[in-house]
Amino acid sequence: MSKDHGHDHDAEEKGLALRVKTLESLLVEKGLVDPAALDRFVEEYETRIGPKNGARVVARAWVDPAYKQRLLTNATAAIRELGFSGLQGENMVAVENTGSVHNVIVCTLCSCYPWPVLGLPPVWYKSAAYRSRVVKEPRAVLAEFGLKVPAATEVRVWDSSAEIRYMVVPRRPDGTDGLSEAALADLVTRDGMVGTAAV
Amino acid sequence: MDGIHDMGGMDGFGPVTREADEPVFHADWERRMLAISLAVGFAVPFTDDHLRREIERIPPELYLHSSYYEKWLIAIESLLRERGVLPDGNATLKVETGPAIRPEAVAPAIHAGFPTRRDDAEAAPRFAAGAKVRVRNIHPKTHTRLPRYVRGHEGVVHRDLGVFGLPDSNSEYQGHRAQHCYTVRFSQQALWGRAVPVGDSLYVDLWEDYLEPA
Repeated sequence: MSKDHGHDHDAEEKGLALRVKTLESLLVEKGLVDPAALDRFVEEYETRIGPKNGARVVARAWVDPAYKQRLLTNATAAIRELGFSGLQGENMVAVENTGSVHNVIVCTLCSCYPWPVLGLPPVWYKSAAYRSRVVKEPRAVLAEFGLKVPAATEVRVWDSSAEIRYMVVPRRPDGTDGLSEAALADLVTRDGMVGTAAV
Repeated sequence: MDGIHDMGGMDGFGPVTREADEPVFHADWERRMLAISLAVGFAVPFTDDHLRREIERIPPELYLHSSYYEKWLIAIESLLRERGVLPDGNATLKVETGPAIRPEAVAPAIHAGFPTRRDDAEAAPRFAAGAKVRVRNIHPKTHTRLPRYVRGHEGVVHRDLGVFGLPDSNSEYQGHRAQHCYTVRFSQQALWGRAVPVGDSLYVDLWEDYLEPA
C-alpha cells in the first residue's frame, strides 16, 4: 500500500467513524438506542457468539450418532439443544461431508452466514472474489484455500441467499478415537464449518 | 434488481485474500455500526428485506469500494431518512417508533432472533421434492433473492423449506405474499456449460414465484 493510499484510507476511516458517532448521538438523543445496549450487542458478538459454538455442535455430532441424526434432520432444534439460537440462525440446515461429498457455503447476494454457530463472518467471506467465484469454480477456490478435493468427490455449493443458514459438518479426522468431546471441538475451525477447510 | 450485489459467476475479482488471525472488528466504529444496526430495529420497524433493498441501491462504484459496515451505515442512514428519523425533508414512510431496547434485553433478543417462517397452512406447495423445475427468466426491478446465474436453468426440487414471505413484495411494502420456498439443486455442468466433474452441484433456495414446472 502506497503512503498516499494509506493516508486516504486513514482519512476515510476518520470520516466513517465521525458519521457513525453522529448517527449514534442522534439516535440516543431521540431515545431510539441506548448506548449501554449497544455495548451489550458488541460484547455478545465479540466474546460469546463465534465459531467455538459451532465447533461444539460438530464435536457432539462426531461422538453421538443420535445427536448427529437430529442435527442432520432438524439442525435448528439440535443446535438449540446446546444453547445456541437466534439472529441469523432462525432456520438452520447442517450438511455433512463424507467420503464422497464435500460441501461449501456462500451467499452470492450479500453475506448471509450462520451467526449463532459461527459468529460474524470474516472479510473474505463477504468479499466480491469469494461470492462471485465459489459458485462457478469451487474447486479452484478451495485449492487456493489449500484444500484439494479429489475428482471423485462431489462438490456441493450451497448459495444461502434466502431464509436458511447453513453449516458444514466436517469429517472427523482419522486417529482421533481416543479424544474427548472437548478435545475434538478444539480441532474444528471456522473454515471447516464453511467448507473451505477439511476440518 | 440486476445490480452489482448479484455477484455469483462474475469474473475479474481476483484471488480470495484472507487475513491471518482476523479480529471480529477492525475499528471501533465497526463495533458501533453493528450494534446500532441491530439495536435500532427494535425502536424503528424495518426488516432484513428493507435493509438489503437499501444496500442494493448503493451505486455500483460505491458498493465495490465500501467495506461491509460502511454499506450498513449507508443503508441504515437511508432507511432512517425514508422513515423521517434522520432529518432531510424526504421522509416517505410514516412509522411509529418505540422505545430503545434495554441492555438486559439484548442477550435474550439475540437468542430469540426474528423467526420468519410462516404457518404451513398459509400456502399450499406447488412443487414436491423431486419435481423438475425451471427458474423463470424474470428481471425484477425490486429487491429480489433470485440470483441471475440460475435464471432460465432447470433444476430439481431438493427440499421444501416451508412458507415464507416473498422478499420482492415485502421490501416494497406490498405485503408478504406467503408462499413456499424450496432448495433447488442444479448441475454445475448445466449452469456453466463447462466440463466440470459431472456430479458437482449447486443448491439455491428459491421462492415459488421464481419457479415454473420444467
